[in-house]
Amino acid sequence: MAQGNNSIKKVLIVAFSLCIVCSVIVSTAAVALRPMQQLNQELDRKTNILNVAKLYEPGMDVEETFNEKITARVVDMESGDYTDQFDPDTFNSFEAARDPATGRTLSGDKDIAGLSRVENYSTVYLIGNENDPDQIVLPIRGQGLWGLMRGFLAVEGDGNTIVSITYYEHSETPGLGAEVNNPRWQSQWEGKKIYDEEGNLSPEIHLTKGGASSKYEVDALSGATLTSNGVTNMLQFWLSEEAFGPYLAKFRSGTSPEDANDTDTNFADVEGA
Amino acid sequence: MADVNAKGVLTAPIFKNNPIALQILGICSALAVTTSMSVSLVMALAVIFVTAFSNLFVSLIRNHIPSSIRIIVQMTIIASLVIVVDQILKAYAYEMSKQLSVFVGLIITNCIVMGRAEGFAMSNTPGMSFLDGIGNGLGYGFVLMVVGFFRELLGSGSVFGFTVLPTVQDGGWYVGNGLLLLPPSAFFIIGLLIWVLRSLNPEQVEENEFKMKENTQPKEAV
Repeated sequence: MAQGNNSIKKVLIVAFSLCIVCSVIVSTAAVALRPMQQLNQELDRKTNILNVAKLYEPGMDVEETFNEKITARVVDMESGDYTDQFDPDTFNSFEAARDPATGRTLSGDKDIAGLSRVENYSTVYLIGNENDPDQIVLPIRGQGLWGLMRGFLAVEGDGNTIVSITYYEHSETPGLGAEVNNPRWQSQWEGKKIYDEEGNLSPEIHLTKGGASSKYEVDALSGATLTSNGVTNMLQFWLSEEAFGPYLAKFRSGTSPEDANDTDTNFADVEGA
Repeated sequence: MADVNAKGVLTAPIFKNNPIALQILGICSALAVTTSMSVSLVMALAVIFVTAFSNLFVSLIRNHIPSSIRIIVQMTIIASLVIVVDQILKAYAYEMSKQLSVFVGLIITNCIVMGRAEGFAMSNTPGMSFLDGIGNGLGYGFVLMVVGFFRELLGSGSVFGFTVLPTVQDGGWYVGNGLLLLPPSAFFIIGLLIWVLRSLNPEQVEENEFKMKENTQPKEAV
């Protein structure tokens, strides 16, 4: 190697030009491929929603079916009514949870799903007639064994009967905790009830070891106690009055959620955040 | 390496001088991504691409790289290529990139890529370096596929996602071996593979660095 290569000038020139060239290549790739990637993410989300609602068949046109059968709405989780303050297509639950205006910090004993912060509004997906849906798909998330698990829970229009559950993002142990996405395990959920018959707001549904014996119980994953606990905890949380409880209660009592038109709070600036 | 010819450069790393089996490099990702064959295949292709092109680019500018910053220069080139691969996977093979998750990004720290850039590309012509990159990528891929085959077959009872041994969870008879789905099992398989390769090529067996002494007798210890 030539000695001249190690002069300060040469070092700076090489370092600088290499950085320029590499950054151009990297940013070109990132910018040029972004639309494709977003499309993929969107498609993945829609596929998962269709999947949990048992509407998905391999090879179908996901986009078309989704637009035809599914309506997205944003729910105010405290009152259980719909809100038009946010556009359901752009509303981001994860950002909303972080924003002080739309999210809140959970105190220790309430934070059973290990979320630390939770949003006050959430997108739900209605299947069939918007005012009297066949199914409601709720986004859920919570700590598993190794990390956050994100998924969807599909509930029938009565607000109490489970259709299915699916996780689109998790880092559980392959073969043990990752069996949450085993279709055989998922199929057990069909027809299970969330709440007892006395109209309690706190959910009854949970995973249990050694064989489910009631309509509120689902077999735990064998060899994955902590993942199973995580699933139970996140259901207990998201279906409680802290989250979707009030919303689902409206379906159970037969009064469908209203289109709230409260104009006293303006979240226009929040939405742009 | 005295004689550098295209065929040797391309094929030697697969069996004779395998980066994982002989040089014991790149073990971490070999443990992590080999639970299924299709994931292993994509990972292998990604590594082949990155090693080949990082070797090519490093070799192209090798006469201009100041030796004082050569490692950083190599890292920059490798990192850029890895990001490009990651972006492409996210755009065209989204499912796959979700399964590979962080391990595509970690190709940057894969010792094979860096080792070839520093050890070969810095002192050879671009064409040869490119082939050397492909060869070493293939060597890595070969081990990944072998490990992936056993782990997927015995762990989940399938090959490339097609069920071969129907598992109990899916109503069949085969009880999957849970260990094989966890990263440590790859150690056993890689170990066995190294044993096989070294039995076939006895010259790969290393000299003992030191000879172990006979067991100390109790009376000597006092």
